[in-house]
Amino acid sequence: MDEKSHIIAAIVEHKPGVLYSVANMFRRRNFNIESISVGPTEKNDLARMTITVNGDEKLVEQVIKQMNKLIDVIKVSRLDPTNIVSREMALVKITTHDAKARSDIINYADIFRARVVDVSSETLMAEITGGSDKIDAFIDLMRPFGVKEVARTGITALSRGAKSVRIE
Amino acid sequence: MTKMSGAQAVVEALKRQKVEAIFGIIGGAVLPIYDVLYETPEIRHILARHEQCAAHAADGYARASGRPGVCMATSGPGATNLVTGIANAYMDSSPIIALTGQVNAFAVNSSYLIGKDAFQEADIIGITTPVTKYNYQPKKASEIPKIVKQAFYIATTGRPGPVLIDLPKNVQSETAEMKFTDNVEIRGYKPKTDPHLGQVKKAVELLFKAERPVILAGGGIIASNASPELLALAELLMSPVTTPLMGKGCFPENHPLSLGNLGMHGTRAATKLILEADVLLAVGTRFSDRTTGKLDEFCPDAKIIHIDIDTAEIGKNVDVDIPIVADAKKALKEIYKYLTKKLQKKESSQWFKRVQEVKDQLKDEVSGGEKDLKPPRLIKELRKILPNNAIVTTEVGQNQMWAALHFTAYEPRTFISSGGLGTMGFGFPASIGAKVACPDRPVVDIAGDGSFRMTEQDLACSVQEKIPVTVIVLNNSVLGMVAQWQRLFYGRRYSAVNLGSVPDFVKLAEAYGAKGTRVGSLKEFSNAVRKAIKSEVTTVIDVPISPEENVFPMIPAGAGLKGMVKSEEEL
Repeated sequence: MDEKSHIIAAIVEHKPGVLYSVANMFRRRNFNIESISVGPTEKNDLARMTITVNGDEKLVEQVIKQMNKLIDVIKVSRLDPTNIVSREMALVKITTHDAKARSDIINYADIFRARVVDVSSETLMAEITGGSDKIDAFIDLMRPFGVKEVARTGITALSRGAKSVRIE
Repeated sequence: MTKMSGAQAVVEALKRQKVEAIFGIIGGAVLPIYDVLYETPEIRHILARHEQCAAHAADGYARASGRPGVCMATSGPGATNLVTGIANAYMDSSPIIALTGQVNAFAVNSSYLIGKDAFQEADIIGITTPVTKYNYQPKKASEIPKIVKQAFYIATTGRPGPVLIDLPKNVQSETAEMKFTDNVEIRGYKPKTDPHLGQVKKAVELLFKAERPVILAGGGIIASNASPELLALAELLMSPVTTPLMGKGCFPENHPLSLGNLGMHGTRAATKLILEADVLLAVGTRFSDRTTGKLDEFCPDAKIIHIDIDTAEIGKNVDVDIPIVADAKKALKEIYKYLTKKLQKKESSQWFKRVQEVKDQLKDEVSGGEKDLKPPRLIKELRKILPNNAIVTTEVGQNQMWAALHFTAYEPRTFISSGGLGTMGFGFPASIGAKVACPDRPVVDIAGDGSFRMTEQDLACSVQEKIPVTVIVLNNSVLGMVAQWQRLFYGRRYSAVNLGSVPDFVKLAEAYGAKGTRVGSLKEFSNAVRKAIKSEVTTVIDVPISPEENVFPMIPAGAGLKGMVKSEEEL
């Protein structure tokens, strides 16, 4: 079967140990988390996890069933990739050897709608938001200059329109 | 609202759950609870000699009675010693509650806290997360009533399983206003028990048209007390029933439709007939590798209906045609209800005749002289002596497979064995738990010398606590199942399996104040068993058997059901 990337959104109890139990289940069942982002939701006792996993249909079905089985996981949905807004944020620290490199980087950053958020005599930090492909492309473009450090948030996503993953 | 300590709240909550026994070992971090138990005659505490035994005993208690078993241990090593027992209960979906002590959760007089690597601190929450259905660590005493209530609810509903409550010592000592309630509301846990009607009707349609149906009835039948429904449906369909190890006893094995066990050491009849099935109705079973053999050779031509209460079991190992997520009892009842409108109960059928013919052909022959202490004969002899409702537990290895093959189980909850985890040392402490649950019935552990040695120290518990059980040690002085594999697949290179002839099990039993006896013939064996099951003290019957004995039939690892062999020559 076809391996592809799936985005799973889960509403979970917002309390200690829940991330551990989810991550533990993935490890134990030999599933791989490609990326995970976790944060509070519109309700302060609930958190939302956005998890991307690579695999075939059977695997992603098992992932969802096993997640549903966890007692602190309240709701799990697979997001339809054709009907979502998905974003990732990255901070990229780039080495700047000279003034030309510095201005080239700033120009590229402009094209990618990245923002320069920190400058030192030898480095420059850009903040970029967008789909994962865009962030990959930006980082690749920066490599010749020397990418010193990258911090990515992992994908977070919501379905478009009225459809939503939430607890009433 | 009542003001009391956390420890009192734990005990009060247990009383409200009608807990009659706790299997445990005291230690520093559970002193407050034990202090309350000191003045709680309603709850019997049974002092185990190793925490693993406490957990297995709670498990045996749960399996024999259908009620949750409770075990308790102190923090650190006490808690980690429980882990094998908890993992065992998890694999076999047995409802146990494990209570553990923990170091302090909040500062009192600048004491050491959780996370500071205090004396006897272990992260039992982290350690048991993958082997419990859920676990709790209250940080305030006032949380205890709700947590205990939820723990029992989670352990016993849906797919049953172990729940652990880790109790920091100062949460046990803290006094708070306690509110006990009967309501349980867990928003992330809503087990679905009613079958989907549409799926039931599809299953009925398929079963109605089936010419050669076979039912694979697993531990879920026992967990949901669905044996009467299973029997009714099997008889209506004239469908033979086979059980994986966990299902043994859910269908009377002396019934004409019983095929006995399916699996690596299943019966030849079950293995042959399940492959002839056109429709397989699998209920409360998870298609373990030990049951199915190689997956692509497992019933390739049958349509499969799979009933299970755990959605995640559907499609996990075997792709099925009609999944039904429901409680086994409810689902079987519904199927019966609709099927009986279309189907008349028959006296016989083509398929029924075929089933009887195959069963006759493939009956196992058990013969030998009086001095021939062949395990299958011993086990059949044991069956003749024991009443129908006697409980048999097993250890793990050859003893277990001989018991599964040759002990005819008539009733659910009378055959208790470590199926999923395959824990050597399970049978003896489980027999203690079963005896506590059913004090009026004989309880017999069918053991091997290797397994029994792993938990034999709880002879002290069974003697001191006056819980008489019978241990039959099929003593071949070798780790028999592994030796069998070495004999069959590793060119008889017997690496690390020889146990010598130590200890002398008769003397060992006597050292603990139990009775020990060694038998040399079938007659001596029967006499010893008859005496033992009436004895008021635990009896160990040492039965020397040949170390060369194999368990057959067998499906070699990696082979499919078709690959079953009945002797070494066939390999």
